[in-house]
Amino acid sequence: MDAIILQILNGLDKGSAYALIALGLTLIFGTLGVVNFAHGALFMIGAFVAVTLQRVFSLSYDQVDPTKTDFLGNPLVVQIPYIESWFGPEVGHWLMDWSVPLAIIAAIPVMLIVGFVMERGLIKHFYKRPHADQILVTFGLAIVLQELVKYFFGANPIQTGAPDAFAGSMDFGVLLGFDPNVIIYPYWRLVYFGFAALVLGGVFAFLQFTTFGMVVRAGMADRETVGLLGINIDRRFTLMFGLAAAVAGMAGVMYTPILAPNYHMGMDFLVLSFVVVVVGGMGSLPGAVAAGFLLGILQSFASMNEIKSLIPGIDQVIIYLVAILILLTRPRGLLGRAGVMED
Amino acid sequence: MGILEVKNVGKRFGGLQALSDVNLSVQENSVHAIIGPNGAGKSTLLNCFVGKLIPDTGSVMFNGQSVLGLKPHQINQMGISRVFQTPEIFSDLDVMENVMISCFARRDGSFRMHPFETVAHETDIVEQAEKMLTEVNMIDKRHMHASSLSRGDKRRLEMAMCLAQEPKLLLLDEPTAGMARADTNNTIDLLKEIREKRDITMAIIEHDMHVVFSLADRITVLAQGTPLVEDTPENIKGHPKVKEAYLGEAA
Amino acid sequence: MKMLGLSRKDTTFLLIVIALTLFTPILLQPFPEGSGLATFNAGYPDLMQRFAIFGIFAIGFNILFGLTGYLSFGHAAFLGVGSYSVVWMYKLLGYSVVPGILLAVVVSAVFALVIGFISLRRSGIYFSILTLAFAQMSYNLAYSVLTPLTNGETGLQVYTNDPQVLMGENSPTSPHFFGIVMNESSKLNVGGWEFTFNNGYYFTAIVAILVFYLSMRIFRSPFGLMLRAIKTNQTRLNYTGLNSRPYTLAAFVISGMYAGLAGALMASMDPLAGAERMQWTASGEVVLMTILGGAGTLMGPILGAGFIKYFENIFSKINDNMLHQWFAWMPDGIENFLIGVSHFFVGKSWHLTLGLLFMLVVIFLPGGLVEGGQRIARRFRSRKSKDDGSEAQTQPAE
Repeated sequence: MDAIILQILNGLDKGSAYALIALGLTLIFGTLGVVNFAHGALFMIGAFVAVTLQRVFSLSYDQVDPTKTDFLGNPLVVQIPYIESWFGPEVGHWLMDWSVPLAIIAAIPVMLIVGFVMERGLIKHFYKRPHADQILVTFGLAIVLQELVKYFFGANPIQTGAPDAFAGSMDFGVLLGFDPNVIIYPYWRLVYFGFAALVLGGVFAFLQFTTFGMVVRAGMADRETVGLLGINIDRRFTLMFGLAAAVAGMAGVMYTPILAPNYHMGMDFLVLSFVVVVVGGMGSLPGAVAAGFLLGILQSFASMNEIKSLIPGIDQVIIYLVAILILLTRPRGLLGRAGVMED
Repeated sequence: MGILEVKNVGKRFGGLQALSDVNLSVQENSVHAIIGPNGAGKSTLLNCFVGKLIPDTGSVMFNGQSVLGLKPHQINQMGISRVFQTPEIFSDLDVMENVMISCFARRDGSFRMHPFETVAHETDIVEQAEKMLTEVNMIDKRHMHASSLSRGDKRRLEMAMCLAQEPKLLLLDEPTAGMARADTNNTIDLLKEIREKRDITMAIIEHDMHVVFSLADRITVLAQGTPLVEDTPENIKGHPKVKEAYLGEAA
Repeated sequence: MKMLGLSRKDTTFLLIVIALTLFTPILLQPFPEGSGLATFNAGYPDLMQRFAIFGIFAIGFNILFGLTGYLSFGHAAFLGVGSYSVVWMYKLLGYSVVPGILLAVVVSAVFALVIGFISLRRSGIYFSILTLAFAQMSYNLAYSVLTPLTNGETGLQVYTNDPQVLMGENSPTSPHFFGIVMNESSKLNVGGWEFTFNNGYYFTAIVAILVFYLSMRIFRSPFGLMLRAIKTNQTRLNYTGLNSRPYTLAAFVISGMYAGLAGALMASMDPLAGAERMQWTASGEVVLMTILGGAGTLMGPILGAGFIKYFENIFSKINDNMLHQWFAWMPDGIENFLIGVSHFFVGKSWHLTLGLLFMLVVIFLPGGLVEGGQRIARRFRSRKSKDDGSEAQTQPAE
């Protein structure tokens, strides 16, 4: 029992990331009819917004500290971050410590702009082109974005820590009446799950309760009819693209303490998120979320030693196996409508 | 016994009974028209003949063999060809290649691995295709890209592709839909000509009464998924039930 | 001039390809060693081998994608399988490449038959994702449970204690074809220019010419016609009494065999096989080559493969010193600016150029280089006919 709970918890954070990326993918597909292979790159850009903010906060200048000397007897040169000298050491330190959550605030405008530029500058011209062309051009874009990040940030993963307040783990088992040290779960992963739930809830509420969201949902169901009503659906769809980019970016920001950002993380997550979208059903929002969590949890179950010893290698392939089975038996996915993209 | 025997066919989509109790017999070498108001189930019925849909009840026999559960290509190999409402052709290929594919399908069946033969060396296929194109007056357009043909020519090409297979039964799904009067008349003439030249049975789904009355030997009127009457064109013209069905649609 | 069952035009075409392939080592070495422009030489044996090998890979991919329009994102898996097969034959039998290449083609065919049989039950993007899923599965398994077969991250290679039962006393100790050792070469001096004739290159080149000829025959065959028909209109094909499934499956298996052969040749040049060859970015590369050259055309994939491998080589070799040399004649400010900009695209950033190129081709030249060439040729022709005046408006293109 405790092992099962532990695996469910372990699956939640990966599942949250899958769900957030897949949500944007399926939103873009449902509204714009575009298969966006560059969506993983947006997740990566988000992560690197956090890295950048952390670097900006730790920009320092050298100052000679006359009270101390180094081992040669010369006055010690210490590096003082600018923010510490501007806001005082305490606030400065707090800002550096909390750079990851703070990066969310920076990421929203950045990702919206990236999203708008991408949609207006490139994707717009591909609405009427075949899906293969869309895949290829966004694949090219993903390579470009990834290489740019590699150029500026290097090929090695960059450790980016969570705030000290969330360091360490929580003994979850004790809460549920199990022995101590059985179910241990890092605090930050809980934060990530909570954050994902909040964003997912926000997006669904936005689509459900605003006029804007209603139009977008109607457009996803039947684009032509909505167009006939004289509603400028295109501008709303552009905004949707920005929104999807922002969701992916925020998912990336918050994921940095779990996975040290590297330039190819976008591609890694993209392939899996695509599988998630297909399993959930192309163009189905609840499907994407459900499938994201489902596959995240399945993956962590498959990596249990008991299961691995039963079926060797299952942890490596479980997601793909599920996707293959679903595609063959139910091409519309778990919650998708029939006939979407089945030529 | 007709070449196509439809018995008690019914088909339901969710809450909608699209077809119920359809009985129909298409006689060999005749032109049988199926008419009816919009939503009467004409296209659904046609799709049951070609393997796109499988009816819930009843049977569809072609030449004494059931077609139910067979794939479209298997049914075609039995001798049923279909002309679509909007012409379905290979628009990236040229006119000649379009017809040659039909000739290959007739000669080699549904699949043959022939990767090291050369299309240009298949003289019998080339000859057949050229003969077919001459018959529909398109031989001078044989090297044109199919996508650059006019709509009327696309229809002709599709007809040529179907005829190149020498089908026993030709199904036509509103062959004049969306055509101007002149084009419609051309199509009628073409169909009449085809009929005179070869032994062929045709089943036509049509909206345009002019087309129906100038071609059909027998007419079945379908309304709300069931045949109302089946008779000769002369008798159908003044039939009260038919008027009712069509007036009902107008009102 | 007709031969081998080809039309006159195709025969000429084939002869040009043969000539180009055989003279590649000379053509790619136009500048004398030691001269300032030697950077643009590409006459290294390993690079030329890569041209031929990736050419084979792309020719095969084109039979599937170019003709039927089914976009596979998993062809690198067959490449990897081909390499592993060859290295296993080295380990068990000895360094002759023949058994390995035969085994590679057979194994990749079986592998493609299984994956294709399942994946082809769906079309469009679903097919792409199924092939991607299979390739990623193979890649992950090669790194984990299949380690006894693949030697995991180290990569499969020959060890001294391997059986190598067919190795005789005097057998070469590196890959060879009936005694012709792949990585040996002969050099020729002509007036101070040095040309390299590399056994490995000529072996791969001859194989490449053979498989190019086969792909030519496939393109011109009724089978090829059916494949093109599948891309255009599958509905009509089915209602013409043709079953598209076995045709697409055959195309999938053939292209898988080409990929397996390419993988086998890689291991024939360098007796190593690693799982990274199966990664989906490698599949993406072959897609790029095919599109860049022109999908569905005979020449396209070869052009694409050559273009990418050549520029990959050149661009990754360019370094700061060279940039300084080239831009030295400019005012300092502009020089530094140009060097800064060039930095994005050369050296280790070559992939950025590749991605950009990919986008530009899909956006502006969906037909690839071949179509671009045709467009230019047509423009020239129309200008010429305008000058002539008499011959204007002859016939529609093609």
